[in-house]
Amino acid sequence: MKALSDITQAVIRGDHVGAGSLVQRLIEAGVPPKTILDRGLIAGMDVIGEQFRIREIFLPDVLLAARAMVAGMDRLEPLLVRDGIPSQGKVVLGTVRGDLHDIGKNLVAIMLRGAGFRVIDLGHDVPPERMVHIAREEGAPVIGMSALLTTTMPAMREVVELLRKEGLHGEIRTIIGGAPVSEKYAREIGADGYGSNAADAVEVVKRLAGVALGGSPGPGG
Amino acid sequence: MILGFSPREVLPERSAVLESLGIPPTADVPERIEGIYARAADLLNSTVAPVGILATLSVREFGAVYTGEGRNESSSPVADIYPRAEHVALFAVTLGGETSRAIDQGFESGDFALASMLDALASEGADRLAELVERRFEEHLRALGWDTPGGTALRYSPGYCGWHVTGQRKLIAYLETEQIGVTLTDSCLMVPLKSVSGVILAGPSNIHRFRPTYLFCDACETRSCQGRLRALFSEGATEGRGRT
Repeated sequence: MKALSDITQAVIRGDHVGAGSLVQRLIEAGVPPKTILDRGLIAGMDVIGEQFRIREIFLPDVLLAARAMVAGMDRLEPLLVRDGIPSQGKVVLGTVRGDLHDIGKNLVAIMLRGAGFRVIDLGHDVPPERMVHIAREEGAPVIGMSALLTTTMPAMREVVELLRKEGLHGEIRTIIGGAPVSEKYAREIGADGYGSNAADAVEVVKRLAGVALGGSPGPGG
Repeated sequence: MILGFSPREVLPERSAVLESLGIPPTADVPERIEGIYARAADLLNSTVAPVGILATLSVREFGAVYTGEGRNESSSPVADIYPRAEHVALFAVTLGGETSRAIDQGFESGDFALASMLDALASEGADRLAELVERRFEEHLRALGWDTPGGTALRYSPGYCGWHVTGQRKLIAYLETEQIGVTLTDSCLMVPLKSVSGVILAGPSNIHRFRPTYLFCDACETRSCQGRLRALFSEGATEGRGRT
């Protein structure tokens, strides 16, 4: 359907006004919201994700596309909820206790929303107990943690240990990211994944959400 | 001493800002990204209120500030360098709170590209402001007759290279940074967020030379000290300093 591909192109162009109005038009024409989401918006973000991965485009391009995606989602989300259409999964995100830097975390949240996840963004300076409590309460299979300081990184370990203590390890998976964090550190503290950038984080969350929902673990999972 | 700066002075190099967003210097930057950069630069210019505070102190006095709350690594570059410094000054700088609010508003309104560009500009701008204070201190020393051959003033900040971030409490208290609107959170982060604090150590350039073999160097992901040292000791490094 050309109208769906028009939405895809609007997302790729980063045309948020166009994407919003095209989505509205298809809703009014009776096209199922899930179809508009999958074959219009997410299809566009998939292209953007791939172009970013191979460095054809840059972060600002991705963020323009994400704005277009969000403009469409604003119109679709109430209908998806009404129809009981599940999202790709829920992700609880937060910058760890003691840390106020949340730009990186915000970018991951935007990209995850663009990939169809429902993001529960707890903001910054989030205590480990709150992250675990909200993830359990919301039934979120993944917690994403960000830290910019070497001195706040240990709070990530606390979340992982709290999940173990509460018997939730395996049911709720963890991904970490931030300037001082590395894959090696993720392994050291027992986190399930590491995202080196926002686009990478989305791929890791997709894998983790699949695992936590009952799929088989991917490499390094 | 409170130091004032104009917004223009803290506008960072365009290439440094774009590079911090993953855009290499050799890239052909699309027009729409140039447009976002221009809007963000205007926004930075209209929201920043750059200001700094500087206080000189003795090596012994700095020793007490550096000790902080006793949580520093057992050995660190600063601990090795400061006893050999000829002049010491504490500093704090801030771009003010308005820029941080503009960044937040950008994200809240969905203008993610503009908000992240402004954030990158402000981060680089805060670093540039710290560098300006470092230079002013060095000029101040020269004006007072400091003429150590190859003398160099370099800045170091709590939270990096073994100087625990809790060390910032004594530093901020010593400077009385509330005079420039900078306070600390319980976890020792400065508010406004686009602020930098630290010590400037002046002496023969060789005192700043160190190898990255401290215990914490293994876990360091940035190794930014190495670029700084290369700039300091490279042939033809007239100003004798690199960026932090």
